[in-house]
Amino acid sequence: MYTSSDLRKGLKIEIDGEPYIITNFEFSKPGKGQSLYRCRLKNMVTGNAFDKTYRSSEKFKKAPLDERKMQFLYNQADEYHFMDTQSFEQYVIARDKLEDVIPFMVDNMEVDVLVFHDNPIGVSLPNFVNLTVTKSDPWVKGDTSGTDTKPVTVETGYELQVPPFVEEGEKIQIDTRTGTYVTRVKE
Amino acid sequence: MNLQRLHQRAAIIQAARFFFIANTYLEVETPIRLPALIPEANILPVPSASWFLQTSPELCMKRLLAAGAPRLFQICKCFRGSERGSRHLPEFTMLEWYRLAGHYQDLMTETKDFLGDLAGRFKEEMAYDQEIISLLLLPDWQRLTVQEAFGRYAPISVDKALAADCFDEILVEHVEPHLGCDKPCFLYDYPVALGSLAKTSSINPEITERFELYIHGVELANGFSELTNPVEQKSRFIKEAERARAHGTSFGDFPEKFLIALEKIDTACGIALGMDRLVMLLTGAKDIDEVVCFAPEQL
Repeated sequence: MYTSSDLRKGLKIEIDGEPYIITNFEFSKPGKGQSLYRCRLKNMVTGNAFDKTYRSSEKFKKAPLDERKMQFLYNQADEYHFMDTQSFEQYVIARDKLEDVIPFMVDNMEVDVLVFHDNPIGVSLPNFVNLTVTKSDPWVKGDTSGTDTKPVTVETGYELQVPPFVEEGEKIQIDTRTGTYVTRVKE
Repeated sequence: MNLQRLHQRAAIIQAARFFFIANTYLEVETPIRLPALIPEANILPVPSASWFLQTSPELCMKRLLAAGAPRLFQICKCFRGSERGSRHLPEFTMLEWYRLAGHYQDLMTETKDFLGDLAGRFKEEMAYDQEIISLLLLPDWQRLTVQEAFGRYAPISVDKALAADCFDEILVEHVEPHLGCDKPCFLYDYPVALGSLAKTSSINPEITERFELYIHGVELANGFSELTNPVEQKSRFIKEAERARAHGTSFGDFPEKFLIALEKIDTACGIALGMDRLVMLLTGAKDIDEVVCFAPEQL
């Protein structure tokens, strides 16, 4: 159980049987008035957000969330299949919950899956992933036209800007938080 | 911690002292540990052995007024449990000043003079927030009654908010964000229930002569015409103590010596200003942690 004074940005609580994360938090206390805990809460399943002000006497249930290691197996249309690497149980997550990670996720990749009451609700990737460049224009040596980068496509279909020396078939490291090129990877 | 801000903090505190000394205020240091505090339902006192750390120097400073000191100021630490946020620390620095004679409208004028004087000293210094400084140097500040402010910004009236027990929520969510944006704003004439130590208005017995100063939505200072009637003060203390006890909070014995001293004061007014917040505003700090040496979590 949490009380109002535990509320802070990033805390995950359960409200009416649903998991919420506090995305904004402000402690307020108007002169001679009472302590108020102003929160913006985001439903971790639906993504809906709302603002709510709590008083000091309130109590909150910790959201029963756990993070499990899973392997991404494959996708069939909009259904993405994962396997818990400990229990070998398989889970399906709908595409619309994975928009942020799909550009960086390849078959057999190990990911962290957030689970609420045995339902997977979100996937987080490692900060850095290595992906193969599948399409790139060759670099013309001596090209001094001044462009520092060129566009390439990686195996997931994601397009990004890289330095001109990166060639098709090479692996590159990408920062999944920003979606940007980090370095070339030698295997 | 931010060493540049600590330099600025020191300069601001020096300038504040200079203003009050130049205006014939006596600087005092009253005891920080007290056997009895003002009972206030919404303040959680911090015990110190069988006594308490002060939540404000108000009791001792008013006893000094009663003893005949006409103008007093103090810059000191105050302690309020469980108050923590980007504008709150459980240990913070308060500037309080009190004077015999005069009432809350005079105090608003004096507060404007003080902050204008301070702003003038840091004008055109790049390290200070020049937007706030220009605001403080404006010739006209706004004075808005609580009733007017609710009428202008809140979805319901003051009376309805009080009856529905949501005055604080409405104030914080709907009213405060608008206050002091174009010019500093004195919000004044609070309902009696929200002015524990403030004098009841002679025109309207439902309100007290209390004000809060807002700058950019930040509540900076709380001042009032002092309630000097010991009988009325005692009955308000009893009500507050009952509300506090309902939350399980103790304030020690009744501050009887304070009530006795009140009889010797005719008219007086006083104000408490959050020094850390003033430093935040003047330096453009977004978080109170940036203007103190150490926040409690860093100790």
